[in-house]
Amino acid sequence: MIEVKELFVELGDFRLDNINVAINKNEFFVLMGPTGAGKTVLLEVIAGLIPVRKGYISIGGKNATTLPPEKRGVGIVYQDYCLFPHMTVKENINFGLHYNKIKKGIAKDRFKRLVQNLNLGHLLNRLPTNLSGGENQRVSLARALMIEPLVLLLDEPLSALDHRFREEIREDLKKLHRDSDTTFLMVTHDFAEAISLADRVAVMNEGRIEQTGTTEEIFRKPCSTFVADFVGMKNLFAVKFCGTEARINYLTIDVGYSPPEGCSYIAVRPEDIVLSLKKLDSSMRNAFSGTIKGLIDRGFYYEVWIESAETIFKATITKRSLFELALSEGMNVFFSFKSTALHLF
Amino acid sequence: MKVKEPFFWVNISCGIIIMVFILLPLLEMLTAPSLSMVKETIKDKDVVRSIWLSIYTAGLAALFSFIFGTPLAYILARTNFVGKRLVESIVDLPIVIPHPVVGIAILSVAGKNHWIGEIFSDVGIRIMGSVTGIVVVLTFVGLPFYVNAVKSGFENISPRLENVSRSLGASMTSTFFRITFPLAWRSILIGIIMCSARAISEFGAVVVVAYHPMIAPVLIYERYEAYGLSYSQPVAVWLVSICLILFLVLRILTLRKGKSS
Repeated sequence: MIEVKELFVELGDFRLDNINVAINKNEFFVLMGPTGAGKTVLLEVIAGLIPVRKGYISIGGKNATTLPPEKRGVGIVYQDYCLFPHMTVKENINFGLHYNKIKKGIAKDRFKRLVQNLNLGHLLNRLPTNLSGGENQRVSLARALMIEPLVLLLDEPLSALDHRFREEIREDLKKLHRDSDTTFLMVTHDFAEAISLADRVAVMNEGRIEQTGTTEEIFRKPCSTFVADFVGMKNLFAVKFCGTEARINYLTIDVGYSPPEGCSYIAVRPEDIVLSLKKLDSSMRNAFSGTIKGLIDRGFYYEVWIESAETIFKATITKRSLFELALSEGMNVFFSFKSTALHLF
Repeated sequence: MKVKEPFFWVNISCGIIIMVFILLPLLEMLTAPSLSMVKETIKDKDVVRSIWLSIYTAGLAALFSFIFGTPLAYILARTNFVGKRLVESIVDLPIVIPHPVVGIAILSVAGKNHWIGEIFSDVGIRIMGSVTGIVVVLTFVGLPFYVNAVKSGFENISPRLENVSRSLGASMTSTFFRITFPLAWRSILIGIIMCSARAISEFGAVVVVAYHPMIAPVLIYERYEAYGLSYSQPVAVWLVSICLILFLVLRILTLRKGKSS
């Protein structure tokens, strides 16, 4: 659907350097990276808002490298919604109809469906300034999808929202993606969003793409120290949920509550795992024993790889405690973590 | 700020001094002529003609600034190019040039010794001593105020709104007229007010280019020179009051617009 080849862009001091990405039709693709990595720039280049210095972009099989934004068939949803403040919600949603040839009947049906799916019926005659963040973002989604673009570009669509709305819009995004043929390309710096939404992910850093792959590949096999550090959450496991418990092979992990529907992963940060030589008598319900498979020097701390139930858990430990515990490869240790340290996706 | 500190009192006193400095002469002037004098003055055809001329030449100057200045303000607000600073300084030049020099500069282009002046006289456009000349001068001095006000208005509109509009299929032109212009309308009106206010107050440059037909400031000056203070004051009262009312009305209109959007 989108193909970017050997793309170079210069924007003041910032540059995108040799970007190559291919995004499939109807895929939910996520661009991740720290602030200043060039995610938004790449998004705006694909939208045709920033000129390309060298390289090739095709959208929907058509060379789009020099096409103006209005001819590319891409919709944009920004973090700050960018609704037209002088138009009502209804006028905002229908804005694109003036410029796209869509049959009246089809447009009407689509409008109805979007308004219903995004629950906007009671807001149609209001002005954007009188809406909440979540409502604003739903209107902006409806506006972009009203013309059924080939690609929907989402620039951190959830990060300006407070927690309650964030979950809501995330679910909306999932639903909209499932129900439409549009390809979704989202920029974010939040792993939770990436894991719960993305089919595939690309990690960007300093204007380059470091790694592209499925979420699991990125988390399990980061190809560079940057990606590994950036992803941070090194313990990511596909699990089967059963009540308030999660099962990895024969390990049963207490989650503490019933997971929301659609979850199939759990993650623990390595620094949340506590190592001990004897079984700890503490409130931590998740305590297991395993064998140390590796000790990796990370400078200020050590990473300890522990195998249990054919699964590798990674924990971090200071150099001092490593010596105090006298850990070595092949030793049996106990490791435990609180259920509140678990992230569910 | 602590109330008891001398610093506080210095600030307050300076503020009061400035208020008095601005308001006292104006109030003094407005209240000096008797009511009957003021009534008498407005029956004078020369006075009415000159005030009307002042208002509509200033209005035309604002109109020309609007037509030619809006696109320039948009370019300055939206793009970065080599020499942008230079262009901005050129726009500001009319503010810093002494007013009679402006008049002389315009005459040196529009006079018969210059090829542009020759073309003008061939097609029958007269600058010297004509309404056209007055409008040219007023546009010259008012333009910077318009461009600067509108430029900052455009700068306050997120380019992302335009991006979204274009992604929805609108061309640059449609985007400008459906998104940018309606949102900038308020600063455009403010620009028009600033520009015409500046134009109405111009004296030095106009008097060089066109002593006749007489705009209000020239008439006031002439009355002062020929008959003295008490004859010029009533004309000034009328000019100031009419202008204040006009600007007030425009201001109220813009505030309403601002609220609804």
